[in-house]
Amino acid sequence: MSDTAVQPRRAPARPTGTVSGPPGRAPGPLTHTAVMTARALRLSSRNIDALITSLALPIMLMLIFVYFFGGAIDTGSEYDTYVMYVVPGVLLLSAGFGAATTATAVSEDMKGGIIDRFRSLDVGGTPVLAGHVAASTVRNLCATALVFGVALLIGFRPAATWSGWLLAAVVLIAYIVALSWLSAAIGLLARTPEAASGFTFFMSFLPYPSSAFVRTESMPDWLHGFADHQPITPAIESLRGLLLGQEMGGTPWIALAWAAGMLTVAIAASGTLFRIRTR
Amino acid sequence: MTEPIRPNGYAPAAPSTTTTGTATAAPSTTTAATGPAAIEAHGLTKSYGKPAVRVLDGLDLRVERGAVFSLLGPNGAGKTTTVRILATLTEADSGTARVAGHDVVAERGAVRRSISLTGQFAAVDETQTGEENLRMMARLTGQSRSAARSRAAQLLERFDLTAAARRPVRTYSGGMRRRLDLAAGLVGSPEPGVFFLDEPTTGLDPRSRQELWEVVRELAARGATVLLTTQYLEEADRLADRIALLNQGRIAAEGTAAELKSRVGGHRLDLVLTSHDAYLRLASLAVHHSPETLTLGLPTDGSAAQVRALLDGLDPDGRDVERFSLHSATLDDVFLTLTSPAPAGTAGEPAAGRAPAARPAPATGTAPRPATEDASTNPEAPTHV
Repeated sequence: MSDTAVQPRRAPARPTGTVSGPPGRAPGPLTHTAVMTARALRLSSRNIDALITSLALPIMLMLIFVYFFGGAIDTGSEYDTYVMYVVPGVLLLSAGFGAATTATAVSEDMKGGIIDRFRSLDVGGTPVLAGHVAASTVRNLCATALVFGVALLIGFRPAATWSGWLLAAVVLIAYIVALSWLSAAIGLLARTPEAASGFTFFMSFLPYPSSAFVRTESMPDWLHGFADHQPITPAIESLRGLLLGQEMGGTPWIALAWAAGMLTVAIAASGTLFRIRTR
Repeated sequence: MTEPIRPNGYAPAAPSTTTTGTATAAPSTTTAATGPAAIEAHGLTKSYGKPAVRVLDGLDLRVERGAVFSLLGPNGAGKTTTVRILATLTEADSGTARVAGHDVVAERGAVRRSISLTGQFAAVDETQTGEENLRMMARLTGQSRSAARSRAAQLLERFDLTAAARRPVRTYSGGMRRRLDLAAGLVGSPEPGVFFLDEPTTGLDPRSRQELWEVVRELAARGATVLLTTQYLEEADRLADRIALLNQGRIAAEGTAAELKSRVGGHRLDLVLTSHDAYLRLASLAVHHSPETLTLGLPTDGSAAQVRALLDGLDPDGRDVERFSLHSATLDDVFLTLTSPAPAGTAGEPAAGRAPAARPAPATGTAPRPATEDASTNPEAPTHV
């Protein structure tokens, strides 16, 4: 996904691009997406407060769970320490938090006149959203790297195979992209940036009723059923299994199917919402 | 007097009726009626919301190549909607429009490549610098990195923003922001192109406004076609070759500033009255109201015979009028005369107080311009709510 940040350079020898004339050929969605990604990255790198929050919050949460609650949580005999159990959950939790900021960014864009400007330059809605999603993915991967680094410091000891590492990365990135795009759709749905950040609450909350922090068997029956079948649980289970080298069957594929489904719905919904908002 | 002499241009043969009579009156229209117009619209309608509010109600427009054309009207008249339709951002419910020779629906891409749009809301990123904004826009039009860089530098120079090029836009003044916005609109468009400026000076201080007027004049001097919407009559008067008064989704009147002024008789007779009772009695006849000075303005052709007749008719006993003075009509008079919902000013509420209904009209109704106040509640821009 982060590959989209690489700008397709035009051959410098080409004699188009005269300063006042129109471009020889209309640029395509790929060029637009690349420019929009660079823009979204620049915007988030200047929003220092949000950046610090999105990097620090997941680490804070992990420390809170490991040191405040961890001692009281029984995760069974498979796990020597709580930190071994909780890290995949924290990774997904931070993906949810990180993705949620996409909604605010998209909503800010819709509020001002910049979307009209882009449209008058013949830039469609999808490249604009794709730029925000790509930037969100980059931000999230930074946060993930930090969380992972701190996790190693406080005693997380992964035992993954090479293919396990790879598949874990694919699952995590797929969730980050899907949740970010879902969040972009929410940003289009909300009429103000404040409402957008409120709407994304459920997304940040979704990892709690799952196997992220406690075993789902410890929950009441009705919640247990939900927790086992909601989209975040397979992702957490796959990350945990892959990183700790456990046997886990088809769970990663279920997780990827969820991510693909969410992404499809998010892209379709955001396309429709964008057309409605810009009518 | 409230009847427009020419009941606007939306007869079936609209373009010819509007152009034949004016070919001589538009000095900067080089190709006059023969060549293709830069902007041409027929029977545009547009409704928004549920229940549907009709914002445009059969709008016809023709702007010649190289002309500066001003669309003038109060809030809610349909100015922004018109611009958004012509700039391909919104589709009309019915009617057709061509801009720079291309259909705004079928050939949207071609239209977008030949126009420049500056809307009411600054369409630049606050946290990027001026230079970054322009380079980004240039890249979006398909220019290479180096071409984008030099185009940005060129535009920053031209709009006098070179010194501020590396500062984030949020540190810019309102005027600088609008200039950057204009520059952004120019980034990929060939010149001379078609420029849409939607209320470009709303909210600017007088100095910034002057600067922006200079920019518009410069664009016009390079041969660009400019469609400018404004609620400031002075602005239309100063900049535009031709002016269309937009009211309730239709063109209420169109012509040069001089032609429009002649519609209201060419002059205005201002009467200073002796009593509040006299003011209330005569208020409904006037196009200009100034309750705090007990002054009313009435349209007249300025001839001695008519002024005498008016004075005798209004004040047969010679007690109600204290002083009078005679002025050339301003566009304000035209505006108020042609856009009044009813014969101007009823029941002691001056026409000038009808737009901002927030305060008690007669006591503090000093607003000389009726339509400049409530931009924040503009019902024309539903997509930005």
